[in-house]
Amino acid sequence: MDLAYTAKQQAFRAEVRQWLATNVPAQPLQSFDTAEGFAQHRQWEAVLNEGRWGMVTWPEEFGGRGCDLIDWLIFEEEYYRVRAPLRVNQNGIFLLGPTLMEYGTAEQKARILPKMACGEEVWAQGWSEPNAGSDMAAIRARADLHGDRYVINGQKIWSTRAVWADWLFGMFRTDPDSSRHHGLTFILVPLATPGITVRPIPQLDGLPGFAEVFFDDVEVAVENRLGDEGAGWQVAMATAGFERGLMLRSPARFQETARRLVELYRANRVSADGDPGVKDAVIRAWLDAESYCLATYQTACRLGKGGKIGAESSTNKIFWSELDQSMHATAMSILGARAELLPHAPDATGVGSWLDGWLFSQSGPIYAGTNEIQRNIIAERMLGMPR
Amino acid sequence: MDFTFTEDQLLFQASTRDFLTGEVTPERIRAGWETPDGRDPALWQQLAELGLTGITVPEEFGGLGMSELDFVLLAQECGYVALPEPLVHTALVAVPLLRQLGGELAAEWLPRIASGEAKVVVGLEQNLLVEDAHVADLLLLQRGDAFHALAPGQFELRHNESVDPSRRLYHVDIKSGTDPYLPLDAKTGSVPLLVAAALDRGALGCAAQALGLAQRMVDMAVSYSRDRQQFGKPIGSFQAVKHLMANVAVRLEYARAPVHRAAYSVANAEAVAARAVSHAKLMACEAANLAAKNSIQVHGAMGYTWEVDLHIFMKKAWALANTWGDTAFHKARIADYIFTEGAALGAGATFSNP
Repeated sequence: MDLAYTAKQQAFRAEVRQWLATNVPAQPLQSFDTAEGFAQHRQWEAVLNEGRWGMVTWPEEFGGRGCDLIDWLIFEEEYYRVRAPLRVNQNGIFLLGPTLMEYGTAEQKARILPKMACGEEVWAQGWSEPNAGSDMAAIRARADLHGDRYVINGQKIWSTRAVWADWLFGMFRTDPDSSRHHGLTFILVPLATPGITVRPIPQLDGLPGFAEVFFDDVEVAVENRLGDEGAGWQVAMATAGFERGLMLRSPARFQETARRLVELYRANRVSADGDPGVKDAVIRAWLDAESYCLATYQTACRLGKGGKIGAESSTNKIFWSELDQSMHATAMSILGARAELLPHAPDATGVGSWLDGWLFSQSGPIYAGTNEIQRNIIAERMLGMPR
Repeated sequence: MDFTFTEDQLLFQASTRDFLTGEVTPERIRAGWETPDGRDPALWQQLAELGLTGITVPEEFGGLGMSELDFVLLAQECGYVALPEPLVHTALVAVPLLRQLGGELAAEWLPRIASGEAKVVVGLEQNLLVEDAHVADLLLLQRGDAFHALAPGQFELRHNESVDPSRRLYHVDIKSGTDPYLPLDAKTGSVPLLVAAALDRGALGCAAQALGLAQRMVDMAVSYSRDRQQFGKPIGSFQAVKHLMANVAVRLEYARAPVHRAAYSVANAEAVAARAVSHAKLMACEAANLAAKNSIQVHGAMGYTWEVDLHIFMKKAWALANTWGDTAFHKARIADYIFTEGAALGAGATFSNP
């Protein structure tokens, strides 16, 4: 055990820091759930890609730097430290990208990854259906193979980023006689294909961050199948694993929230101490955010030495999503009567982005597999409790 | 950056676990409750033969010369079996203090600790009482700005019964007429620094044991939930029961890395060691207390009995949470740090070590 960064890691951090200092937009971008904000964020992805900072863990041939997970954590720390823009293509770069590298053909990788890396093609998710939420194996949307094309009919819902995205990845039932997790196939669908109707769904903040997607005889070339026909569940589990695991929610994000919470508490200490629970909640927030960072480094080092992530990755999603919710709840308590004010309200002094974060934090325990499902996974697969 | 243990460290943990789970059974612990001093000299001798009593004793004094980092995984295993013998105290508190004191005292006592012949106990004012003072061959007692090196006969003990029958706690009075004041030379360092270091090591020991205790309670409750049937099926198949255990697993998963970091910090005398220890103890003891709360719930009425072994581990967890610095003490140390103007917080600050 050696908990010091190597000279190479320190140099990498310095390089990231310097690049971000000259390239991160001075003004925060608009929300990527608006047309204008989406375009701004797409442009930012192109800027990142030009500097080869879009996805540092990707191989160099796809625009990455072939970095290990520790470098990735360092990159994320620097990225969140300067509050660089959120990643509009996170479905692509963090979820689909790694899955493509594992299951994709050489042709698919060459065709899809470079355009994903530069933001030319932004990806949406197509997992859930109206009757397949936590029970993802209940998927009914069909893809029937006719010659060299799949014909897709059915409906997806809660498709994140689908309103302005270019592509959607998801699971479809290719064997009409199959049930549950058999007979499903992972297919990549261009959202501009005739027969697709995207109906935006406003989220808690009123913006269309996700959508319903209707498929009416949508034809998709068979080369857009990822993995074997009928193997969709295995491919999807790899994606879900990445999603829950290290890539999607790096510790830096929560450490920065904890740091800002400490600042908010210090700036409002007299009123905040009126509720004796607040100080304790701030201390706990910092402890938990630090713990999340330490545990992530430990896991990253273990993986770097050939270890594997198992069912314990389900603890990860519960830990960060509930930490995020409780940190924002504490911030709302500190802000008191100001907490409900939208940032542009005339008397909303000092509220910053806490309300936005509070709203978004409500989704954490729900998306990517509800925390109840994660608890079942932990109990059954990690602890060995009976089904 | 390498946050992993070596193969050797993991192997040592595995072999210690095998030994402890085989020897330190709940039956043996209960048998100890019936003896006058509650301690098991045969077990202590076995620990000595494995090198464990001298694990942090330098090789020149007959020990294994290992560090706090080498020992932390073993301390977890001591917690897993709720070891009543003062092994964690010896390895993490008594031996390091003797090493710091040095001189004839260290030369005399370190070899005897390594051989299992003698027990040395440290009493700090931070703790209300001194654990295991009744079996101390040498008692290093802090009184204000002084340490006293006391032999049996130089102090009087008043026993205080603990909810955990394995814990033997004593109020210590120095007998009048003895002059056991321990002179310290300048290079040894000041008493406050020695006390602070001892306190951090004791707290680290509590944190590591709490991890093991929490794991043991989860294992017991999960096992019970598989066997116990109600409504025609194992109670562990019900989500409400599953989620009680999953909640412990989550807190425990994120308590481990802080404890390992604290052990590294202490072993390397990092400037952040005190804060790392407080962090570790708060996380680990909270996880153990949650494990106790949810495990007794899973056991139902059986968990409330003297007969079921769960309480051996629950009571130790409760006790450790408020000794070697209670929650208030450790939270105050965290608060002092994070609420100070200019503190290094946030992304990228975790491993900075000013």
